[in-house]
Amino acid sequence: MSQLTEIRWHARAGQGAVTAAKLVADTAMLQGNYIQAMPEYGPERTGAPLKAYTRISSDPIEVHNNILNPDIVIVLDDTLLDSTDVTEGMPEDGIIIFNTTMTPEEARAAVNAPASMKVATVDATGIALATIKKDMPNTPIVGALAKVAGLFPIDLVKERLILTFGKKFSQEMIDANLESADRAYQEVHE
Amino acid sequence: MAEKFSATGNQMVAEAIRQAKPDVMAAYPITPQTTIVETYDKFVADGRVHTEYVPVESEHSALSACIGASAAGARVATATSSQGLAYMWEELHIAAGMRCPIVMANANRALSSPINIHGDHSDIMAARDCGWVMFFAETAQEAYDNTVVSFRVAEDPNVLLPVLTTLDGFVTTHAMDVCVLEEDETVEKFVGDYKPLYPLLDTDNPVGQGMFATLGPDYMKQKLIERRALDNAMEAIEKHGKEWEKITGRPFDIVDTWGCEDADYIVVCLGSNAGNVRFEARKLREEGKKVGVVRPRVFRPFPAKQVAEACKNAKAVAVIDRSDSFGSPSAPLALEVRSALVRNGVTAPVSDYVAGLGGADITLEQIKQVFTDLENGGTDQITYMGIEG
Repeated sequence: MSQLTEIRWHARAGQGAVTAAKLVADTAMLQGNYIQAMPEYGPERTGAPLKAYTRISSDPIEVHNNILNPDIVIVLDDTLLDSTDVTEGMPEDGIIIFNTTMTPEEARAAVNAPASMKVATVDATGIALATIKKDMPNTPIVGALAKVAGLFPIDLVKERLILTFGKKFSQEMIDANLESADRAYQEVHE
Repeated sequence: MAEKFSATGNQMVAEAIRQAKPDVMAAYPITPQTTIVETYDKFVADGRVHTEYVPVESEHSALSACIGASAAGARVATATSSQGLAYMWEELHIAAGMRCPIVMANANRALSSPINIHGDHSDIMAARDCGWVMFFAETAQEAYDNTVVSFRVAEDPNVLLPVLTTLDGFVTTHAMDVCVLEEDETVEKFVGDYKPLYPLLDTDNPVGQGMFATLGPDYMKQKLIERRALDNAMEAIEKHGKEWEKITGRPFDIVDTWGCEDADYIVVCLGSNAGNVRFEARKLREEGKKVGVVRPRVFRPFPAKQVAEACKNAKAVAVIDRSDSFGSPSAPLALEVRSALVRNGVTAPVSDYVAGLGGADITLEQIKQVFTDLENGGTDQITYMGIEG
């Protein structure tokens, strides 16, 4: 039986959403899944709204078009809510994860999400500033995703982070990223 | 043993070029090709490949430098996109006329105006009559395989022509997919050493290239030879592609077909869109509809016989183009398909669609509509999908 999970990311350019979309795909690939991760670039300038997509499937993925009906939506910047309908096309039982200081109840009200939808919030920016020392909410939000969606265990995310960042970053930076994912995993509210 | 890993189309193209070990690469970065030259430049800086990398000031100079190096006897590769390809226009013809086996990757992208950095086939279709062999990849993996095989096809003594190995902007260039990278030694052995026939640097055997051929039959004779060389490329692609298929276990068909044996309604398309069309076609098959999909992996030379063969039992055919030929009765791919069917006695009517210009998403709903249109007798005008009709 084919199992396909589609994730849509809403972020601003510079927040590392594309890297996160790829991190999620690479983590799922460690489980033997087929994956796809792609950005939808607009004007390429820092701060501009962007969308990115991740597909995870037990079977090879043939489609290359945009994800219109995501099972999971991740919002990396809550100031996007003024201009973007982040729940567009979501099924009734979809999952939406916000990087925000709002409570899940406040976030649910902000996007008029029905009770059947799972809404989770985490202060990924706060966690990133405390651990990575930079406003890069992308790694912590993947930790929150591991908890809320249960696609893969947090340890697999950390294994993948070490594989991906091991070649590029200092041990200190890798440890900070691992800690940020762990903290978001623990601190996400549903 | 080659292992599966995740990579974008551009990464895979850069790896394929690295493994083919070109002597010279002259290139100029342009979105969405940039990561090909960026990655390649890093290979050079890291000493992973000993290519003379020439960071030129424009695409016109990039291809000029490539032609010079190729004529001198070097194995040459480059990459471009959109306005960059357009800026190479006069050099494209010169590279083919001088029979320079240059391999060039193109990240298929819209042309200005309006300015648009996203994927479609406007740039590459404008280069279709320049005398180059042209591949269209559906996936990142295929972009890699096509690029590896391109070196063999370009340098085949029966061909000796430049090759464009193309992949769709963003959808394939920037999307991460599950890929297999063959071992360096495997590619090295497959591609082999390049032995130029008439290198300019062979001073013991001086030759002239790109000479003056004015009144009289010389110019026309040269053009006939060029046509024959490009026609010959079909056999070379078949031969080298099948050899690569044997090594990798991945199919290398000049025309990829799905469900065509008993299909009443067939959609023909190029590149990444084929995955969407096949996905929708599978769903329609489950509903009992006899539908098929045809995807030429090679556009030049155009596989007319194979396309006609695939469509011979169809009641109706639709072609989805990702560019238009303004003023023509058909968009570029539809024009080729019509000609292919007529020349091979296939009478199925053809409906024309233009979709995905400037990176517009081609939705499953739109694709379903195309199949529905065919069932209802087809259309007699060009339909811009998602905009009209």
